Amino acid sequence: MSRQHIVVAECRDGELRRVTLEAIAAARACMADGDRLAAVLPLDGGADAGAAEALAQRGVDEVIVVDHPVLGRYAPETHVAALLAAATALAPETRWWLGHTAIGRDLAPRLAARLGAGQVSDAIGAARGGDGRIVFTRALHAGKALEQRAFLMDAPAVVTVRPNNFAPAEAIAGAAAPIRSVPFDPPISRVVVRDVVQRVSGTVDLAEARVIIAGGRGVKSAAGFGPLAELAALLGGAVGASRGACDAGYCDYALQIGQTGKTVTPDLYIACGISGAVQHLAGMSRSRVIVAINKDPDAPIFGIADYGIVGDLFEVVPALIAELSGEF
Amino acid sequence: MNIAVLLKSVIATDEPVVVRNGKIENSEAKWVINPYDEYGLEEALRLKETRGGTVTVLSAGNDKTIEALRTALAMGADEAIWIRTEDSSGDEHVVSLLLAEAVRRGGFELVFAGHLSVDNGAGQVAIRVAELLGWPHAGAVVACEVGEDGTVRVTRDAEGDSESWEVPLPALLTAQQGLNEPRYPALAGIMKAKRKPLREMTADELGIDTASGEASARTTRLGLASPPERAAGRKLQGAVREQAAELIALLRNEAKALKER
Repeated sequence: MSRQHIVVAECRDGELRRVTLEAIAAARACMADGDRLAAVLPLDGGADAGAAEALAQRGVDEVIVVDHPVLGRYAPETHVAALLAAATALAPETRWWLGHTAIGRDLAPRLAARLGAGQVSDAIGAARGGDGRIVFTRALHAGKALEQRAFLMDAPAVVTVRPNNFAPAEAIAGAAAPIRSVPFDPPISRVVVRDVVQRVSGTVDLAEARVIIAGGRGVKSAAGFGPLAELAALLGGAVGASRGACDAGYCDYALQIGQTGKTVTPDLYIACGISGAVQHLAGMSRSRVIVAINKDPDAPIFGIADYGIVGDLFEVVPALIAELSGEF
Repeated sequence: MNIAVLLKSVIATDEPVVVRNGKIENSEAKWVINPYDEYGLEEALRLKETRGGTVTVLSAGNDKTIEALRTALAMGADEAIWIRTEDSSGDEHVVSLLLAEAVRRGGFELVFAGHLSVDNGAGQVAIRVAELLGWPHAGAVVACEVGEDGTVRVTRDAEGDSESWEVPLPALLTAQQGLNEPRYPALAGIMKAKRKPLREMTADELGIDTASGEASARTTRLGLASPPERAAGRKLQGAVREQAAELIALLRNEAKALKER
C-alpha cells in the first residue's frame, strides 16, 4: 500500500530551516516504493516565496503552499487548520513529519490528537526494517537511555525529528517538483498573539546550532559570558549554559542545556567552567565532539570530553579567540 | 476558580538511569514530581491563594505516582486523582484520553501541566488533552496572569523569543522553567495532606476501553538500551597559548569540527 508522507516546512527569517531538510531526509529514508512525499509550506502572504522553489529541489513529489497573512505568527489552532487544508489536496492516509522546534513540538500533538493519531516525538533515528516497519530511536531521560519505538497503526501518524540528527536532504540538480497553492479560510483563533519580542540576541538557535559554547558556574557573572559569546560568534555558534549558571542568574533560562532545559547534539560542544553534573551531561553528551575547559582536573565533564584543558576559562577562552583570529 | 494540574512522577534528574534487560531498573532511585509539572502546580496554588477556588492534581501512572500526588497535596493541592495504569510512559494517545475525560468530569476552568516530562520528554500529553477538550492552549509559559474578564495573559518562550498571548478560559497552559520558584511542602502541609482525598480511578470507570479500537495505543516500545559509553579523551598539556593552538589544530584536522566563517 502506498502511503502519503507530508513534511511540514518551517522558515526562519525567510529561509527554510535546516531541520526541514533533515525531516525530508528522514521521511525519504523511511519511504517504501510507491510512497509519495509532499512538503507543506505555510507562508504569511509575504516575501519568502523562494522557500517553495528551494523545497521543490529537495526530492519531494510536490510542494503545497498555504499562504495567508495570519500564518505569519504561530497560533496552534490556525496552524493545525492550515495543515489540514493542505492535506485535503492529498491522499487521506497520511504520515506527517515535523521538526521538533518551538513550533513543531507545540503543533504536532494538537494535530495528532485531532487525527486520533500516534506520535513519535523528538526522534533521533528512523529506519525501515526488513518487514517494512519503521523503527524510531528516541532519547529517554534526556539521553540516559535510548528507546526503539514503532507505530501500531500505519496511518495517520505524526513524527517530530530532533534537529542535527539526520543529514539534510541535498538539492537535486534539475529537480523541480510541482508547486501548488491551496485555498485557506482560517478559523477564528481563540489565542490572540499580541507581541513577539526577540529576547536572546544572536541568530543561531541553540537546538540547531552546529557549535555551542556553554558556560557554567565557573563563568561567575553575566559579564563572564562575554568571551564565550565572542568565541561563539567567531565559530558561527550559539551560547548555552548549565543549570548552575542559570540558577545563579548569569543568563536566561532559555539557554539552559540539560535534562531540564534543552537537549542538544551539535558538531562541537565547548563546556567552559561546567563541572558536568549528571543532569547537564544528559543534555549534551550526544554532541559529536566535546571540549572541556575547567580549573578542576577531577571535574566529571573531563570523563566524556574528547579534548580537555585544565585551566582558567578566562585565560583559555581569550587564547582560543586569539588563535582563531590569527593574533598569535 | 477550580484548577486542575496534570502531573507525572519521574526519576529525579540527579539520579543515573540503569537499563537492564530492556527495562529501567532503579529500585533505589528517588522519584519526584516532574519539575516542569511542579512549576504548573506552584502557579495553580498561587492563583488559588489570591483568587480562591480549588486545586486538583491528576496523574495517570503506576504505583510510583502516589508519592508525587501526596507531595502535591502537602504543597497545598486540595484533592488528588490517580488514574492507575501499568506504565507511566505509555502511549500518549491513550494517556491523554484518560486525563481529558477526568478533566471533563471535574468541571475545571484552567488546567496547568508541564512543558514536557524529564523522563519520556515527548511533550505530547498536555497539548493533546487541550485538543481533546476542544480548549485553546499556550505552551512553554514563563509568566501568566488571569484577568477578571476570563482572559489569561501569558508570556511564552519560543526558542529565545518572548511571545505575549491572550487565551480565553477555559484553557490549558504548559509551564516552562522560569515561571516561578516552587515551594517546599511544610511540615503542617505534610500532616494535613494525610487527610486530603486521594481518589483512585481506572480506565473502566472513566468509560475508556484502552484494549482495542479508538482508545487503543498507537505506538509501542520495541526496546530500551543504555546509550553507548563515551570514553574520556585526552587532556592537553603545556602553557595556555600552546594548549589553545593545539586544541584549534586538533579540532581542525583530527576532529574536523571547525568550519570558520
